[in-house]
Amino acid sequence: MEHDVEAEHLVKRFGEHTAVRDVSLRVPAGSVLGLLGPNGAGKTTTVRMLATLVEPDSGTARVAGLDVVADARRVRRHIGLTGQYATVDGLLTGRQNLVLLGRLLRLGRRGAARRAAELLERFQLTQAADRPVGTYSGGMRRRLDLATCLIGEPRVIFLDEPTTGLDPTSRVLLWQTIREQVAAGTTILLTTQYLEEADQLSDHIVVIDRGRVIAEGTPDQLKDSVGREQVEIRLADPGHAETAAAVLRRQGGEPALEQGGRRVTATLSGNLPMISRVTADLAEAGVAVTEVTLRRPSLDEVFFQLTGATAQSTGPAPRKEQA
Amino acid sequence: MSRTAPIPDDGPLLRLAHAVHDGFVLAGRHLTHLGRTPEKIVTGTLTPAVIAVALGYLFDGVVTVGAVPDYTAFIMPGVLAQVALYGIGTTALGVVADLDNGITDRFRSLPISRSSVLVGHTLADLVVTAVNLVLVALVGFAIGWRIDAPAAHVLAALGLLLLFGYAMLWVGVLLGLALRTPDTVNSVSGLVLVVFSFLSTSFIPVEALPSGVAQVAAWNPVTALVTAVRDLLGGPGGVVAADPPLPVEHPLPVLFAAVALVLVVAVPIGTRAHHRAAAR
Repeated sequence: MEHDVEAEHLVKRFGEHTAVRDVSLRVPAGSVLGLLGPNGAGKTTTVRMLATLVEPDSGTARVAGLDVVADARRVRRHIGLTGQYATVDGLLTGRQNLVLLGRLLRLGRRGAARRAAELLERFQLTQAADRPVGTYSGGMRRRLDLATCLIGEPRVIFLDEPTTGLDPTSRVLLWQTIREQVAAGTTILLTTQYLEEADQLSDHIVVIDRGRVIAEGTPDQLKDSVGREQVEIRLADPGHAETAAAVLRRQGGEPALEQGGRRVTATLSGNLPMISRVTADLAEAGVAVTEVTLRRPSLDEVFFQLTGATAQSTGPAPRKEQA
Repeated sequence: MSRTAPIPDDGPLLRLAHAVHDGFVLAGRHLTHLGRTPEKIVTGTLTPAVIAVALGYLFDGVVTVGAVPDYTAFIMPGVLAQVALYGIGTTALGVVADLDNGITDRFRSLPISRSSVLVGHTLADLVVTAVNLVLVALVGFAIGWRIDAPAAHVLAALGLLLLFGYAMLWVGVLLGLALRTPDTVNSVSGLVLVVFSFLSTSFIPVEALPSGVAQVAAWNPVTALVTAVRDLLGGPGGVVAADPPLPVEHPLPVLFAAVALVLVVAVPIGTRAHHRAAAR
């Protein structure tokens, strides 16, 4: 497979502090990689190395097939970057920002003006185009930021926490624009601390914590790696709560009673066959059920399990599942 | 592995042309800023204008300094040199502000020359210096300064002030990168302005200075600048000493050497330090 981003064992230290200990990742051309991790995990430093802004202390990386250290200048012709702080000039207008960067990308005065008008239109910024960016809302600034990194029609875009601090509407609008860009064939590496965002946008997720990759896979693979489903049973009669709990306990769960016994939940493994056993047992015990739901673990739970595991790696091993 | 055909590297001439183009485009950015914050121009003229009024207008006629007949005409080149020195602080503050701003990352992720960001910065500040020179000269005219020289000499004097001023802007780049906070930049650049300005022959003729100080003042590049500008503008030089120090007798070679030295040292060091400072 063709990869637009390939990083091998990247390491970056700042004085005493090691920001990135060992990060390797690959982004196939035309796909979206979500780099997921808590604050301080090394996401931004990784992106800055890939975007030629800092040189790795060791390890190698290629972007658009070019080495980010030896060929930094040529890499820059193929990339677009948005930082977690919006990298636009607050004193210039939106249009002036776009024209400035267009001219630096050698589109010429007229070419830059045309491209600026196009992008302003596409990002719904035409009305605000001639106002200083300092007067923009957070969502408008991020949209402009994304627009500026598309001026040169780059092959690879790095989005460093593109929606941090945005309201839900602006976030959804930005997600939509990112999806359009993916549809147009751009390769995207996106960092985020929001699991929902990684889940929504990424083809592939790399989870990093304390400068190391701790898990990777598609969103589904990551959810499967946790491997347990949450079963939720709603009862018609709270008096049956204990009986229902006993049924779940027999399947190896540790049931919890909620809402005064109206709801019984447990984490179990075994998928649909398990569900049919549970419902059969409940019918046999004469428990009247209004609803049975099976919920896959959310990416949040996967994330907490992964990062929690590294945080307490010296603690007791997770309890072994009983079949 | 790669979709793109290899792109040939630009030749050195084309790269230079691009660097100059990018420098001008980026200078345009700073000048647009200035259009939104015109008060920045006023602050640059304030100190020199106050000195011109205080010394040239209030003290003139009360204080006799050395053998100088027309004190206002004597000090105006020194006042204009202060405008050039003031640029150190302007550029240093601009460099500090840009480093704290994400936009530096954006520029560094573009395929542009490393030096063009600072070239753009200093070119824009040179325009500010030029405007300030004209404004302060107007203050001089208001308090009775008259130039008695051909237009070509006036332009040459302006050229020398801008040349020296440009070198000072690169000193400002180094200062900003070394200090990194606006507060320290303000106090240090203020001190540099006062020391270099007053420890020269800007306001006191060299023969009127105590002999130890006179040697230091004579070799201060500001003295070479001020003396050269005085010669061009036909003002009173006050050079009556039988054996004037070399920089006073031959100001131009000393001035050019000083400017060349500053640029040769400050441009490469500043460019590299700026690159390193931004790579964090």
